[in-house]
Amino acid sequence: MKPVLEVKNVTVRFGGVTAVDDASLTMQGGDLIGFVGPNGAGKTTLMRVITGIVRPHEGSVWLEGKDLTKLATNQRIRAGLALAQQIVQPLRKMSLLENVALACGFSKTANPFKALKSFDKSAEKATARELLRRVGLQDVVDAEPSKLPLGYLKRLEVARALALKPKLLLLDEPLAGLNQSEASSLADLIKTLNQDGLSILLIEHNLREVLRICPQVYVQDLGKSLAFGNSNEIMNQPEVIKAYLGES
Amino acid sequence: MAYEITLLTTMAISVLFALSLNFITGFCGQISLGHAAFMGVGAYTAATMMKASISLLFVIPVAAVFAGVLGLLVGFASLRVRHDFLAITTMGVVFLFVGVVRQQEFLGGEIGISGIQQSVLGRTGFMLLCVVLAGVFAGFSLLVKRSWLGFVFDSIADNEDVSQVLGIDVAKYKLFAFVVGTATAGTAGALYAQHYRFVGPDSFGFVESISVLAMVVVGGIGSVWGVMFAAAVLSVLPLLIQFVDDYKILVYSALLFSMMRFSPDGLAGIVQRLLNRVRNR
Ligand SMILES: Nc1ncnc2c1ncn2[C@@H]1O[C@H](COP(=O)(O)OP(=O)(O)OP(=O)(O)O)[C@@H](O)[C@H]1O
Ligand SMILES: [Mg+2]
Repeated sequence: MKPVLEVKNVTVRFGGVTAVDDASLTMQGGDLIGFVGPNGAGKTTLMRVITGIVRPHEGSVWLEGKDLTKLATNQRIRAGLALAQQIVQPLRKMSLLENVALACGFSKTANPFKALKSFDKSAEKATARELLRRVGLQDVVDAEPSKLPLGYLKRLEVARALALKPKLLLLDEPLAGLNQSEASSLADLIKTLNQDGLSILLIEHNLREVLRICPQVYVQDLGKSLAFGNSNEIMNQPEVIKAYLGES
Repeated sequence: MAYEITLLTTMAISVLFALSLNFITGFCGQISLGHAAFMGVGAYTAATMMKASISLLFVIPVAAVFAGVLGLLVGFASLRVRHDFLAITTMGVVFLFVGVVRQQEFLGGEIGISGIQQSVLGRTGFMLLCVVLAGVFAGFSLLVKRSWLGFVFDSIADNEDVSQVLGIDVAKYKLFAFVVGTATAGTAGALYAQHYRFVGPDSFGFVESISVLAMVVVGGIGSVWGVMFAAAVLSVLPLLIQFVDDYKILVYSALLFSMMRFSPDGLAGIVQRLLNRVRNR
């Protein structure tokens, strides 16, 4: 069995800043990995490299043994990735339901000709409704995104990513902006999705929830891979504690 | 009767031309300040062919293909630019077009091409052809709006980056919009050449590009009915009111800017809000 994700020696520089520095990570199918590290550790940047939004200066990304390096973002999504972004980006002129339904229709939107021949949206809307229910947004399906607080839009990101039926789900701080009960129920959902077989890479500052649901963690600091393995063991390592607390 | 036929023909050609820009700017959210260039390509292609006594019905599809191919090239070149830069790029296209045409002996240079013969359809038949073509494209536009293609266009107009992350090949969709929109502008150009039986470099410049954009914005960006209405009215206004004819660019720009300022979604938006208010009573 090929690993679901391989990140090999990725380096990204923004001007003088090395945001990701020779980082590597391997995920097996069915893994749920907590991706942690202090602010500015390059977590989001690495996530963007995986989805092709940012091009690395060095290194490569592989999905189930397939080299993604030359593929555009939309092609990587169709190859089986989905991303819920840290900075929420709803389609502002559409309702939540439409946001998710559009993603559900990914087979109809493969190219303009196919899209032109497709009219019915009822199946996608039904699926979208179900996904929004799973993330706890059943009461606001018809709302406009700009009228909703951050915690709602975070969950919209997750529902929209799930709509793409990914092999690997990438979540960038999905719990930020949620209150404690919302956060723990979304964390439960992440756990359940993983138990149903979905591979998930979860960037999250909420260590309590990470330690509760993620069997393994990957730690990055100053752009470098610092540690990877069993969550409780890793989080007790002195250099990990130092990375989190030691700057003071 | 002849006057009414002229008015209706003028309206139909403008409606087709405005809907073609609406497909690119209204549906797919890609601003164009140079759309008249594509009408010009269609018009010059048609004029040259009709001067060689080639039948109008054969000329129209060729004009559409020529304009569509140029649209594809410009589309490719514009894929990397957005918003203001796209506006400037497309503006460049229309200046380039006019500049190049002026220099071409075989296109009549500064003088243009005149003496185009009337088609076998006669004036009434030609008017019907224009109305039918405008109607067909309006129908197609409405169909697109209801389809998943329209749904994807909405997302691209809203936020390209998000569309990418949802697996949408934004470049393909933009090119599709460019080709359909410019080929249709080319068709409108061929009709224009037959209607006026004359084409000149000044007929397809920046002013015409702004005029057609004004029609789209005034009607309501993306609204098929609104754009049809605005194009129909604004196209014959200069024929009916001398003042508008004399100060065309001034009047159209004033309309364009006041709409953008006070009702960015155009007449269609105003009507929609009124309807909502009545319904909510
Ligand atoms: N587009 C960009 N241009 C310039 N610098 C950037 C850009 N994106 C990120 N950086 C820089 O790269 C570094 C890593 O940023 P990144 O957002 O990847 O960190 P992070 O681990 O996700 O942090 P956080 O936990 O705060 O979200 C930071 O120093 C940041 O300022
Ligand atoms: Mg981040």
